[in-house]
Amino acid sequence: MSGKVASMRDAIAELVRDGDTVAIEGFTHLISFAAGHEIIRQRKRDLVLARMTPDVIYDQMIAAGTARKLVFSWLGNPGVGGLHAIRRVTEGSEASLELEEYSHFGMVARYTAGAANLPFFPLRSYFETDLPVANPLIREIESPYGDGKVYAVPPLKPDVTIVHAQRASANGDAQVWGLLGCQKEAAFAAERVVVVVEELVDESIIRADPNRTIIPGLIVDAVVVEPWGAHPSYVQGRYDRDNRFYRDWDPISRDVEATEAWLREWVHDLGGRAGYVEKLGQDRLASLTPASAPSGVVDYGAYR
Amino acid sequence: MSVEATSDQSFTRTEMMIVAAARELAGQHVCFVGVGLPNIAVNLAKRTIAPDLELVYEAGVFGARPARLPLSIGDPTIVTGATAVTSMFELFAFYLQGGLIDVGFLGAAQIDRFGNINTTVIGGYLHPKTRLPGSGGACEIAINARQVFVIMRQGARSFVERIDFRTSPGNLGGAEQSERIRREEGWLGRGPSVVVTDLGIYHFDEHGEMRLDSLHPGATLDEVRATMGWEVRIAEALGTTPAPTAEELWLIREELDPEGAYTK
Repeated sequence: MSGKVASMRDAIAELVRDGDTVAIEGFTHLISFAAGHEIIRQRKRDLVLARMTPDVIYDQMIAAGTARKLVFSWLGNPGVGGLHAIRRVTEGSEASLELEEYSHFGMVARYTAGAANLPFFPLRSYFETDLPVANPLIREIESPYGDGKVYAVPPLKPDVTIVHAQRASANGDAQVWGLLGCQKEAAFAAERVVVVVEELVDESIIRADPNRTIIPGLIVDAVVVEPWGAHPSYVQGRYDRDNRFYRDWDPISRDVEATEAWLREWVHDLGGRAGYVEKLGQDRLASLTPASAPSGVVDYGAYR
Repeated sequence: MSVEATSDQSFTRTEMMIVAAARELAGQHVCFVGVGLPNIAVNLAKRTIAPDLELVYEAGVFGARPARLPLSIGDPTIVTGATAVTSMFELFAFYLQGGLIDVGFLGAAQIDRFGNINTTVIGGYLHPKTRLPGSGGACEIAINARQVFVIMRQGARSFVERIDFRTSPGNLGGAEQSERIRREEGWLGRGPSVVVTDLGIYHFDEHGEMRLDSLHPGATLDEVRATMGWEVRIAEALGTTPAPTAEELWLIREELDPEGAYTK
């Protein structure tokens, strides 16, 4: 198998460029921390980072100075509190990070418009709120059929979308189960797509269960095999969310020096994900591995 | 943390708040579960007063049966055993905007007397004193869910005369205006119907304004007034919230939140 298979280093070097709009999507589930860390290691600059929920990965990427702007809909460390590196550059008179914010449905609708080549997407949200004032790209429009007002959001077309998946073929046909978030929309909206997987599988595995394919190799530029590449987020059926990490990040990220020391120790000083996984240690990995709960097998039937 | 003593059980005000919020879900069918305190309240309701409640998570799950109470609302436990996993587009477009949600259960950083909610910034938008998470799905939940329930701790900085930013609409400037705009613009949501705090339970009166209907055991009207930025309306027949039962407390402490992530 070769096809589009690449190392993370090569994929990021070739496909992510300074100034790009980059979407690393995945709602709590399947967040490609491995790709985010490689972007930090390669010292990419002036990125516009798009993500519904910036999560700890964008806190780290913004702490590392990779971004000039953030496009998002919910900014926090779920269940823990704030994202402190981002707060440092968005609060008070020193605020330096440009923000463009929507609601969740607004962000999903933006990717959908981008994927479907539409000039905007209409939704029943934002009425009587301050969001269209804070973000003038959210605009009120009249229905052309004369039945009232809705709000429109513009398409979001990332230069690069990076998603993590349970498995893909060497051609990039990617299969996901568990929370689907907006990865499909974000990938179809993007100019370039990187799929990072736990496991590379033969095309016959993909073809045996085509309902599970969310992204076809048709739109994929690179496939990176990176087991545990979504840690401390999770991969349904493979490993659990490492909530301890999310809690530990809170005090680290409150302190500029501790944040820089963490980035040195866990990103810059490691060559890549394999080193990170080794450093996490077997005990930590074992503690995150769930018991099995397989789906039933469905029969697609053979039609000749 | 204050602990109220009853004859044979003591409980915290946070536990009372969660229990009171869960009980409000009696008779409800489909509930959109917000991040934070709503998550534990809804899961308690499912295990007690509302076993048939369908839990909807914005991450894209309908009919969740979480076996543990997750720290985040995108946890893998909401997937395993659920009725359906959907894309987020499908969840927001078909389930929420399509009109299938009875109750949207939200938290808030700031709320005003009409139930308008701020979760975006404290201070001005461009150079805020505190940058909060923002809308997430709350804005469209407040507009499209038939009713909105709110759970939050009371405080003079959170129950304010004027919120700093309107992230999610409540009864706008009052019932008359809210009903007119909701009708004219075709919103599915009727607006907020209950706010449960660590001190009491509020419903909304004919003016669309929050009214204290029940005081939790041990809480006083002085405490209520000291933690609200306006002269609060109080029901003529002000009740006392029944204390948590042993079963409710056991579920919170042993099953839902043994590490105290929500109740600390």
